[in-house]
Amino acid sequence: MQLPPDNAPAHHGVAPHRCGECCTTLKGIGVRHNGKAVLEDIDLHLHCGELTAVVGENGAGKTTLIKCLLGEIPHSGEVHFLDAAHRRPDSPVIGYVPQHSSFDKDAPVSVLDLFAASLAERPACLGVSRAVRDAALEGLRRTGAEDLIDRRVGTLSGGELQRVLLGLALTPVPNILVLDEPMSGVDHSGREQFYELLSHLRREYDFAVLLVSHDLAALARFADRMVFLDRRIVCEGPPAEVLRDPRVREAFSLHSVA
Amino acid sequence: MIESVFAPWHAAVSALPFEWARYGFMRLALLAVLLVSPLLGALGTVVVANRMAFFSEAIGHAAFTGIALGVLLGLTDPLWSMIGFALLLTLAVTWFRRRGGLSSDTAIGLVMAFTVSLGIVILSRGGDFARYTNFLIGDMLAITGRDVAVLAVLGLVVFALFFFFFNRLLLATLSPAIARSRAKRAGAAELAFACLLAVVVTCALPWIGILVINALLILPAAAARNLARNTAQFFAWTVAVSVLAGIAGLIVSFYASTATGATIVLIAMGFYLLTLVRRAAS
Repeated sequence: MQLPPDNAPAHHGVAPHRCGECCTTLKGIGVRHNGKAVLEDIDLHLHCGELTAVVGENGAGKTTLIKCLLGEIPHSGEVHFLDAAHRRPDSPVIGYVPQHSSFDKDAPVSVLDLFAASLAERPACLGVSRAVRDAALEGLRRTGAEDLIDRRVGTLSGGELQRVLLGLALTPVPNILVLDEPMSGVDHSGREQFYELLSHLRREYDFAVLLVSHDLAALARFADRMVFLDRRIVCEGPPAEVLRDPRVREAFSLHSVA
Repeated sequence: MIESVFAPWHAAVSALPFEWARYGFMRLALLAVLLVSPLLGALGTVVVANRMAFFSEAIGHAAFTGIALGVLLGLTDPLWSMIGFALLLTLAVTWFRRRGGLSSDTAIGLVMAFTVSLGIVILSRGGDFARYTNFLIGDMLAITGRDVAVLAVLGLVVFALFFFFFNRLLLATLSPAIARSRAKRAGAAELAFACLLAVVVTCALPWIGILVINALLILPAAAARNLARNTAQFFAWTVAVSVLAGIAGLIVSFYASTATGATIVLIAMGFYLLTLVRRAAS
């Protein structure tokens, strides 16, 4: 695997804008499954405007960590969210792009229906209101996918589907955007474009991004911070630093660039 | 008394210049078809999208045990014991699925084999099973004004709940992960839908017949799937095919002296084949 040189600028020379005020804090997060620890002592701060990449081997607890953040599974420890006004809303808006999304090829469901099912009060089978269509268009425009609004979801390519799901996750604009290996099924150039887009969006909307991925080369360029997870946080810091750590190199067989 | 509610309907339909419109039982049956077919069609859209066809088939077949329980309990109308048992079965199958010990088609297959056998064993004691064969093929023409009134109330309640739960069900079908992340938990909606389905299938059984009711649930939605590009079209086409096949099947069965339920199914099948041709052409 080719990695960029250690001194490569992390953001193509553009410093990320950070309000520096809002922050999501995970404190002492632990998850046990059948008496066995799946996650232990996770302390993590997610700052708005910052892209935090979580890497680790299969079974290291990456998806479990996301589930804790989404509040889907019981865990010890605490998740706190502090917004720019130093309030603690009980439920920050979390945008989520899941792993392995695929839809039935023949499903009579349009991209607009997907938005309507998520946003609308009126049942989608009775049609979609102008307001919901506008909201969907706005979300899709953020990811350059507005042309896809009337396409059936089963006919989208991997890259198109990711832009649609990212657009959905950005509607409404979230406080935290969480992506779980969003790039499976997307070709190389599609991946580059997707990370560029993500990088641009988090600066424009100033939300925190938590990204689980195996794309080390791309993460080295686009992530602000990298967390190497193996049941607990083994090391974290700027990507260039984390990727130099011997434990990380060992796990990802990065000897070739040593 | 309840018959007087239908007087305007009878007056309007008998003004039609057709032989069948001269018969009161046909006019009532037409009203029943107009109530039941959109209901089965609408529920069928979710059944097809969620691959629940085997489940709905099992619910229909469980009516054997429902009827048998009614006989054992000495009920004059077995409908209540049929509904009660169908709901019990729905809970059992849902529990099996959630627990995940068995794949759901195996679980449903086991439960169906058990309920059908149990029902037949109880009903066939003393060689009396022939009394119940009308449930197998249904008798649309025996419907009374009271039955139609019950169907109308049922239809209103089911449609209201169906529309209320629809978006949650759709999102959960598309992506359970996104549904959970948006706190649109679908567990309650899915259970509610399964219960609605059980009640509607059971209530429509005496008129449509145990053997063919599932086809009426599945075929219109399967045909519409070949034509529709979005959810609203899917729904509209399904209801249209369902109602058209229902009306045509009722009238054909009148002139051909055939069982109404099965005739409707054959016509719906015809619509399905037409949509297949249309789809192949596009």
